[in-house]
Amino acid sequence: MNTLTLASAWIDSPSKLILGALTGLVFGFLLQRGSVTRFNTIVDQLRLKDFTVLKVMLTAIVIGGIGIYAMRAMGMDVPLHIKGTKVLGVALGGGIFGVGMAILGYCPGTVIAALGDGSRHAWFGVLGMFVGAIAYTQTYPIIKDPILSKGDLGKITIASELGVTPLLVFVPLTIGAFIFFVILEKRARSSAT
Amino acid sequence: MKHTHWSPYLVGALLGVLSWITFSTMHKALGVSTTPVRIVAGVERAIAPDAAANNAYVTKYAGTADEPKPIIEWQFALVAMLAPGALIGAKFFGNEHRDPEYVPDLWTKRFGPSRPVRYAGALVGGAILIYGARMAGGCTSGHALSGGMQLALSGWIFMAAFFAAGVPTALFLYGNSNTDHPQGAH
Repeated sequence: MNTLTLASAWIDSPSKLILGALTGLVFGFLLQRGSVTRFNTIVDQLRLKDFTVLKVMLTAIVIGGIGIYAMRAMGMDVPLHIKGTKVLGVALGGGIFGVGMAILGYCPGTVIAALGDGSRHAWFGVLGMFVGAIAYTQTYPIIKDPILSKGDLGKITIASELGVTPLLVFVPLTIGAFIFFVILEKRARSSAT
Repeated sequence: MKHTHWSPYLVGALLGVLSWITFSTMHKALGVSTTPVRIVAGVERAIAPDAAANNAYVTKYAGTADEPKPIIEWQFALVAMLAPGALIGAKFFGNEHRDPEYVPDLWTKRFGPSRPVRYAGALVGGAILIYGARMAGGCTSGHALSGGMQLALSGWIFMAAFFAAGVPTALFLYGNSNTDHPQGAH
């Protein structure tokens, strides 16, 4: 194998790497500015004491989703990236993920970003992620049939199941998120006085 | 202590705009948790090509020795730049950057100030986290954010499941007492 093919076995095109790097730089910056690179912010969301994480997530979902589906409605070339709904794997994996997130105090993106925000213990979380990645790749053949292939509904969305245009789903979703935020802010103000 | 972090609504909105850009110009969705398994798959492809070729999960991300897929790709570059991005935010855009955190306050309250104990906890937590993320097929970025905004049913099931398990686990581990770092002021 010559040097060029050896490199292409490992490294994608420079343009993709530059775009990924710029995306990561902005992503990590925003996570830090939103304070979700702090252990206490994540754990206090799970303890239902501080709703910063849900505020960030729901706002991103509403703004991001409306923009993506609006661009598609205008005929722009914006492919979707819908993950398959394998009910047992997603639900069980999501539950295991929640337990790990409570112990670590971060999720995979925020634990790496936290390295840049002064979190020293996050380095061990990153090390643990590689342990988990090795464990998963080696146990994949064992769990594939009993767990991962159960309840595969395919790449479906809430809109496709309801048989409506996606932007319509964002009407109740946006109103619901807004009411939720108003309640949270009212509660925060009354507990602050 | 003065609140210097940005509003979570502003940060959320900007993450939404970042997704517009990645979806429309890069044809990519934000995601993180594939990268650790892609690295592991690449290493296995290099050091144990026969075993790697027989594991469908390894070949899915790394290909085979004869037909390899690149390991250092778009998401790898994204993940590599998360910490530098956060460092810029902490150093130049806020005055909340304080001493390095070795053991977080909430952890100390329940498990004491020992660094090795916290490091062991972080290691175990990180391993469980990625195992669950890969079983589910994504994490907070790929499933909850990117999946949620596309209205993918998988993303919303994932969010429900991780809160359903994460909330009782956190209350069990850290208790229900109020802390001296109220919302916004950390």
